[in-house]
Formats: sequence, structure tokens, C-alpha cells
Amino acid sequence: MSGGNRQATVVGLHALPFSKNIGMTERNAGARAILGALDDAGLGAADVDGMFRFGWETTTELEMGRIVGVGNLRAFGEVGFGGGAGAPVVAMASTAIEQGVADVVVLWRARNRGSGGRPWVSQLHAEGQDQFERPYGLVRPVDGMAMHVRYWMHHYGWGPEVFGRVAINNRDHARNNPMALMQKPMTMDDYLESRMIADPLRLFDCCLETDGAMAMVLTTAERARDLPIVPAYVTGHGMGSGPEGYAMTFYYGPEMGVTPARYVAPTLWKNTGLQAADMDVVQIYDAFTPQIPISFQEYGFCPDGEAADYMADGANPPYNTSGGGLSEAYVHGFNLLLEGVRQVRGTSSNQVADVQHSLVTSGNVVPTGAVVFSKDPS
Amino acid sequence: MSGVPNQPWQRPLPELDPVSTHYWEAASRGELLIQHCPSCDARQHYPRAVCTTCGSTPEWQTASGRGTVDTFTIVRQYGMPPFATEVPYVVAIIELEEGPRMMSNITDCNVDEVRIGMAVEVHMVVAEPGVGIPFFRPANS
Repeated sequence: MSGGNRQATVVGLHALPFSKNIGMTERNAGARAILGALDDAGLGAADVDGMFRFGWETTTELEMGRIVGVGNLRAFGEVGFGGGAGAPVVAMASTAIEQGVADVVVLWRARNRGSGGRPWVSQLHAEGQDQFERPYGLVRPVDGMAMHVRYWMHHYGWGPEVFGRVAINNRDHARNNPMALMQKPMTMDDYLESRMIADPLRLFDCCLETDGAMAMVLTTAERARDLPIVPAYVTGHGMGSGPEGYAMTFYYGPEMGVTPARYVAPTLWKNTGLQAADMDVVQIYDAFTPQIPISFQEYGFCPDGEAADYMADGANPPYNTSGGGLSEAYVHGFNLLLEGVRQVRGTSSNQVADVQHSLVTSGNVVPTGAVVFSKDPS
Repeated sequence: MSGVPNQPWQRPLPELDPVSTHYWEAASRGELLIQHCPSCDARQHYPRAVCTTCGSTPEWQTASGRGTVDTFTIVRQYGMPPFATEVPYVVAIIELEEGPRMMSNITDCNVDEVRIGMAVEVHMVVAEPGVGIPFFRPANS
């Protein structure tokens, strides 16, 4: 265990090119992403003593450790629930580092969701809670999301243009990002004319289907000083499941329309000592466009019910500056974590000036979390 | 028109467990069950082994079958059977008169007529012997 400042610090990032068909297994792609991120950090596999993964990752941290040449793991584990796991694995890595149980921790996500087919095709089996849902044809993520969105539209008076602005914002950012898959301009008419999938959600409300592999390396602030990178310090994080927590279909609890993010926010802001107004740039989980206005409300950027006006007025910080899940790539939000760090490093293709604090949130309709990366140690 | 599913039943069937068996069997006889806790008076759906409020063992209660639509989606595009031939259809969350919310389809009306707050009533489709699936249609339709 090294001495000095043990604040968790991001020191390595890597993404393989995003595509519809990456041409290799998730295991192979994940290993290449990890080795690339270690190289970015000026570290090697022999330095790694912690690994955390998304529960849906098909390769365990033990198997991946063997493949890339990691030795003894002193900290390891996983977080479930699909796209909710991004900030929580950063939280687990940070906690392990700050508690002194690991010094160099690797996180990754490799998913062949572009070439690998649609997982719900094999998820028709209806047991447990699913037996009360799947017989009704609520199977895909877009169906479960559309139920929440209808409620929000009714409750807050949102029209489709609120979501169209999100789709266009992300597309505009993607067009400056050579990594982004979607480079074609989008107008409000393009958005409104895109076909309905699960009404009220249209095609352009939905994220991409992508093959992608990315990794991140964290270590202590002390060790980061000796590495050849611009450090991004983990100022704090929060996690939350909400009451009656389910993955996506949390319709049966005490209050309709409230997502797990509402329960993350107080922990996040207490843990960071910051508030929404301190964020210079944000990456909000965007499997579907409406997650952005609801998250601006639930993380306290604007009062409940005011996200549409808040965003129409441009009062929000720049968001989803890589193009996000809608227009860069959809890999369970790991690209949002990378972009949040790039904004602190100063290397985004849509770089915001003078970034001190950069927020990244994970999937808000599943048990989830959020994390703040900062330019200076706290 | 949002109708009941293709017959014979082609959709996923519920995987019966010791608790849910009672619910699906009652529905096959035309009865909608919810759970009521004799200790704390809470009502809940979906059926579970324990009361989510106090941990006691809940009892079955016959629901009126009347409720209102809390939210819904109209599934308009679906590439996979059997739903590919059933679009458009409405999936809704219905708040029952007794309080609990449940998922179902809204049938027997045009999909564009469904509204939040709409009054609906239950009807049953027997998917296979001993397994009735509750559906809802506009009240008094």
C-alpha cells in the first residue's frame, strides 16, 4: 500500500473503435481495451491489483485478469442491472483504493450488442415478477421505458419536442466526434418524422445498437503524480435503488414517475460536498432521450417539473458532449464515463472551457449511481 | 383496434410458482385476486410470499376488477413473434380500486382512445387450463 494522498484518480482510458460488428469476441475486445487503458496510464498488467465489472459482462474479472496477465486481485466484484452499473463500479474501485485495499484498479465494458443480437429474444421465459409482465408483451427496454415516459409527459406537460431537442443536441455533438457512429445531421422534422416504436417513443428517442469495448484505470492521487497523464480525481459518488426497486419496471412502488436517480442525488451531493450548479459539464445516461430532462430534475439542476423550460432556455450545462448513447455508441454508458474524464483532461472533441467538475450518471431506470470527476484533488 | 392476443395462446406463459399458482388459477375461473395482509391491512400486487409492509403472510382477496389507467404505451413496432402480428397493442399500468397497481393490456377499443385516468374493467382470457390472464377494457364497454 502506497502512502500519501489516496484519493481515487482516473489515470487511464481506452476505447476500441465503435462499430456494428467489431469482428472479435467480447473477451478479446475487453482485453484489448484494458491493455490500451493501462498503456494510456503508463502502467502494466503487473501493476493491477483490483478489477470490477458490470454484472452483465460475459467474462469474469478472474478470467479477464488471466487473459491480460494480472496477478493477485486484492479487490474484485461486480454490479448488476445493466446500464446502472457504470458509476457504481467507479464507486467500488474508488472505495477500494481509498480504503487501502487496492492500488491500481481496472474497470471495463465490452459488449457486442450491434452484432450479437437482441437479448430479449431469449428472455421470453416468464417467471418471478416477469410472469406478471411478459404475457402482456412488455419485453424490450423501449416498452418498459415508454410507460415511464407517458407518465412524465402527462405529469409535466412535456411534448415530443422536449425529447427532440435532446436527440439533436447529442447528434450535433457526435458530428464533431470522429469516434461517434452517427454523423448525419438531424433536424426537429427528422426527429418528429421518425417512426413510432413504443409510443410515445420514436426511433430517434432510442440509443444505438453497438459493438464496443472500453476500459478505465484508477489509482491513488499520490501515484498519479508520477504518471504521464492529466489526472481526473474522483470527488465523490452515490448509488441508489429506490424503493420497490426493479430493473426498468418499477411501477408498483409508493410513487409513480420517480426514478432511482432521485435517491442517488442526496448521497451524491453530500459525498461530493458539491451541488448541481457546480457542474461545468454533464454526461447523463441516454438509452432514451427522456432520461435527460428527468435527470436534470432529479439531480437538482432545476426544480421538479421545469426541465422543459430549463433546457429550452439553455440554462443547463453542456451535456452528452461525445454524442452519448444516442449518437456516439451505446455500451451501457461506459462511453459517458470516458467522456466525463476527457472533459477534465481537456481532450473532448466538444471541449467545454475551464472544466473543474464533470458529472456522469448511469442508467436511471435501474438501480444506479453517479460520479463526479474533478480537475483538482479535494 | 387493440384486441386480445392471438388464439390459441402464443405469448409467453407465466411460470407458475407456489404463490402465483393461486392467482392464475383464480383468473381462469374469472376471479381477479390481490393480496391483503391480515396484520397490517396493506394490499399488494404482484403476489408474493410475504407482506412487503410488515412481513406477515398475506391472504387472498377478490378484487372488484375495476380500475383506472395510470400510464401506458402503444407498442407499434415489434419484430418478434408472436407480438409482430399483434401490433399495435396497448400495455398499461392499472391502479385497481383497492389500491395496488398491475400491468395488463387494454383491449376492445382503438389504441388511440386510451387515456391516462380512463376507467377500465377486467376480463379474463384462459391461456391454458388453470391459467387465466387478466385483461382490461374500457368500463361499461
